[in-house]
Amino acid sequence: MMFTKETLQRAAKNARISLTEKEIEEFLPQISAVLNAFSEISRAEAKDAEPSIQPVPVKNAMRDDKAVKSLSEEEIFSNTRLKKDGYFKGPKVL
Amino acid sequence: MNAIEFTEMARKKEIDIVEHTCQVIENIEKINKNYHYFNTISKELAIEQAKKIAKSPKGTLCGLPVSVKDCICVKGVESTAGSKILKGYRPVFNATAVENAIKEGAIIIGKTSQDEFGFGSFNVNVGVDFEMPRNPFDIERCTGGSSGGSAGVTQMANFPHISIAESTGGSIACPASFCGVAGITPTYGLVSRYGLIDYASSLDKIGAMAKTASECRLMLGVIKGKDPKDATSIDAKEGDSAVKKVAVIKEALEVDEKIKDMVLKALDSKGIKYDIVSLPLTAKYANSCYYILATSEASTNLAKFCGFKYGAEFSLEDSYNAHFTKARSACFGKEAKRRIILGTFARMAGFRDAFYLKAAKVRTMIINEYKQAFSQYDALVSPTMPVLAPRLDELSKLTPLQSYMMDVLTVGPNLAGLPHMSINIGFSNRLPVGMMITADHFCEGKLFEMAGH
Repeated sequence: MMFTKETLQRAAKNARISLTEKEIEEFLPQISAVLNAFSEISRAEAKDAEPSIQPVPVKNAMRDDKAVKSLSEEEIFSNTRLKKDGYFKGPKVL
Repeated sequence: MNAIEFTEMARKKEIDIVEHTCQVIENIEKINKNYHYFNTISKELAIEQAKKIAKSPKGTLCGLPVSVKDCICVKGVESTAGSKILKGYRPVFNATAVENAIKEGAIIIGKTSQDEFGFGSFNVNVGVDFEMPRNPFDIERCTGGSSGGSAGVTQMANFPHISIAESTGGSIACPASFCGVAGITPTYGLVSRYGLIDYASSLDKIGAMAKTASECRLMLGVIKGKDPKDATSIDAKEGDSAVKKVAVIKEALEVDEKIKDMVLKALDSKGIKYDIVSLPLTAKYANSCYYILATSEASTNLAKFCGFKYGAEFSLEDSYNAHFTKARSACFGKEAKRRIILGTFARMAGFRDAFYLKAAKVRTMIINEYKQAFSQYDALVSPTMPVLAPRLDELSKLTPLQSYMMDVLTVGPNLAGLPHMSINIGFSNRLPVGMMITADHFCEGKLFEMAGH
């Protein structure tokens, strides 16, 4: 399969990663080789198989709809300086 | 003295826990200068815990020094998963596994080094500004990864110690093998993942490393169990531990000739009779299946790291997307970028069915192939790794694809969520060789039975 520079840049942009020209030059043949090798999976006969999202059966876990103790405001904001009036201060959206 | 003997003595007050803890901290600070097994040594916390336990010594892990892989949260101790993007992050809670260990008297001595977010088999893919851990038997060689710091300190510790480690595709078995220690990766869901900085949620498993299998068992007994904070955790009844029939995996013998001979001789010397069983689908597709699923999950899990709520902080001068892009591009290491891009691509419109969905189906086939084998055998055996611990200069010449192919023996049981254990079976060229034992879901007892044989 062809993994082009444009595809690499599109995937990187979707992942919010900006690549330098040097990184593009390095990553393009590396990721391309990986995808070429791993595309062998397309030859596996898996028509009847259901996809496994977990390796063992997992039951839905529900709890009673009651308020439980959660982190305090102080704890929630303890790992950032970017805060104001009980909110995180984030970058501009518009 | 091993961890079991130590904790017995500690409970009887035959050990000065505070003095012992101080000596251990001094010891690991010394080791860390050249071997880099810890990203953080939690001296203050350890001494505080030791003082508390010394007043009332009790618990299964009474006074025992325990190290914790950096991706598993310890309250108040910097927990980075080996990534610059989490530099400075101090969790306000303990991971459930850590909480359970502390309740049983464990003393947390520090956070062990790892490949960034677990993205590696040799622990050379450390994050930006982090140090690579070195093999305890040859400082020019790798520890294996991604739980390299856990394995290295476990081997080098001249004090009783157990490490809480984590595996996604072989990150406990591989370094355990390269560093000559025992490492248990339990059934998926047996240990709560709450408080684990995730790599791939359907594959991540918290386990243990120690010098012996019985010490791994001690830790697993403490950290396992259903946890309301992790919906995928399971309260499983322990399965039958009797090992009557053993098989060696045919395709796993296509490795270094010396390693193969050592595995077969280890079984012979213990008087264990074995058949040879073929797992053709696993041999052919497990690696591609693993990397497609693991990177896909990683690319979504790591989307939350964006440089303002915790960890690395950047000024807010840019727009939303520009801010996230700047933080992620500056802080993620090369392998993290490659895997995120690979996973993002595997989920993109037009490629998703051919890669992600197909891999999820092939995963079912691989699980079924193992289940078929376990309908006949109690345990499957293989070498843990196809090679001895490589030199760091050899690794720097490997392409990512060549590096990924080294996981060929460990990704199978990880994909299928099966419990597996690597134990040391001796040395080749003065480097440790590991044998991997795999059992059916929730049959960890069979692994310990085999390992103690």
